[in-house]
Amino acid sequence: MEDMSNYPLELTGPDVPMVRFMNVTKSYGALVVLDKLDLDVAPGEMVTIIGPSGSGKTTVLRMLMTLEPINGGVIYVDGQPLTHMPRGGRLVPADARHLRKVRASIGMCFQQFNLFPHMTALQNCMEGPVQVLGLSRAEARARSEELLELVGMIDKKDQHPSRLSGGQQQRVAIARALAMRPKVMLFDEVTSALDPEVIGEVTAVIRKLVAEHNLTMLMVTHQMGFARDISDRICFFFGGRIEEQGPPDVLFGSPRRDRTRQFLSAVKEAI
Amino acid sequence: MSFHWRWDFTFEIMPRLLWATLNTLMAAGLGYAIAMVLGLGLALAQRSRFRLLTLAVRELVEFIRSTPLVLQIFFVFYVGPQFGIRLSPWVSGMAAIGLHYSAYLSEVYRGGLASVPRGQWEACIALNMTARQTYLRVILPQALPPALAGMGNYLVGILKDTPMLSVIGVAELMQTANAIGSESYRYLEPYTLVGVIFLAISLPVAGLVRLFEIRVRRKLGMR
Ligand SMILES: Nc1ncnc2c1ncn2[C@@H]1O[C@H](COP(=O)(O)OP(=O)(O)OP(=O)(O)O)[C@@H](O)[C@H]1O
Ligand SMILES: [Mg+2]
Repeated sequence: MEDMSNYPLELTGPDVPMVRFMNVTKSYGALVVLDKLDLDVAPGEMVTIIGPSGSGKTTVLRMLMTLEPINGGVIYVDGQPLTHMPRGGRLVPADARHLRKVRASIGMCFQQFNLFPHMTALQNCMEGPVQVLGLSRAEARARSEELLELVGMIDKKDQHPSRLSGGQQQRVAIARALAMRPKVMLFDEVTSALDPEVIGEVTAVIRKLVAEHNLTMLMVTHQMGFARDISDRICFFFGGRIEEQGPPDVLFGSPRRDRTRQFLSAVKEAI
Repeated sequence: MSFHWRWDFTFEIMPRLLWATLNTLMAAGLGYAIAMVLGLGLALAQRSRFRLLTLAVRELVEFIRSTPLVLQIFFVFYVGPQFGIRLSPWVSGMAAIGLHYSAYLSEVYRGGLASVPRGQWEACIALNMTARQTYLRVILPQALPPALAGMGNYLVGILKDTPMLSVIGVAELMQTANAIGSESYRYLEPYTLVGVIFLAISLPVAGLVRLFEIRVRRKLGMR
């Protein structure tokens, strides 16, 4: 058992990060996927994770969304421990209730959209606000329509996902996640399952979010140009560790590490 | 030996058989209703995170499926009283047939549940839904349509198995036909009528199930 006394019960002070991974370890059996990861994301910051396949990028987001349990360390969200909860002056593993409480500030969009196929676009967006947040149907509808407008899908609000293109489905999925008013949004390769000609309509929505909303965002993408444009910081993952991180211009313009250079030139060749 | 069909006798016994048909329908309907609810419980229990419960339910389902229904009916009716559980033929019959078919239906549900992609569960977590909301709002509505065909087969199946209730004296079609036979020494007409009545029920039921399946799929916006 890990000694939890080194971890604060909560984060306080002037510069509390919106997200903090502290010493986080994740393994599948003998395979260590993330090794003592430390990563902070400041409120309102847009951080993009890049790196080769299998380097643990998706795992970082899935742990933060509580889709995967962690094996060591603590994740904090908005100053509160997410994976743990204080009990008797110590941190103990979080129970379902605590997870639900802290998870409320996190939203996620998936590579495969994961819209509910038996609901229309509007119903997809209203589901969380009505069922989970307890909004009235009228309030939830107003909020959802506003967001569908934002992502340019208001015309298709009564369509089921099976009648929408991939790009359209992903835009609805973004609206659905935003309808929960999260403080942190996670995007895991949200354009990877899309045809090239519709990638732009999804990235445009994310650009708009960055420009007009004060969301904290953590994104995984293989689109280097897009990442460079909109990110405050780029983290290059390699073998379950952050090999190098920095502002986009520095990381793309003058990377310091060999592995970063190799990765970036390999990606460039692929395009 | 009398091979010839007697119409007058046929019409004479018809009201009694039609009356018994109501009992058959009631037995099938009640038994199926029990099986549907209990089966869902058995299917969900096998997905619980309590390993012991999951295992016990799995074994129970296997046990029920691999022993004959008629034995289970006898067991509830005749062995039950030895343990102080004295049930009427109807109640025993409904308990046995409901339990029996709940095991089969739980397998159908299980298949339906397994057909819902993992991403749907993850989307529910991302929306911070409770387990109850996840099942009721997202998973079951998607798990049921693919299960409907299998559910329909067992609806016809339970109907055809109701004659087994005659062994403990439930006054359904088969038991009534037997009674008529032993009173009049004529078996041709009553048994033939029983067959015709079963056919007349099963065929429309199977058709209606198919129609219902199509409607549900359309309503849920699937294919
Ligand atoms: N459920 C799992 N069971 C076992 N191993 C897993 C599981 N999920 C992920 N892994 C392993 O963890 C490692 C990191 O996976 P992850 O999905 O985070 O990589 P990634 O950086 O997102 O890769 P990609 O660019 O291909 O999406 C990989 O070696 C992967 O095989
Ligand atoms: Mg990935």
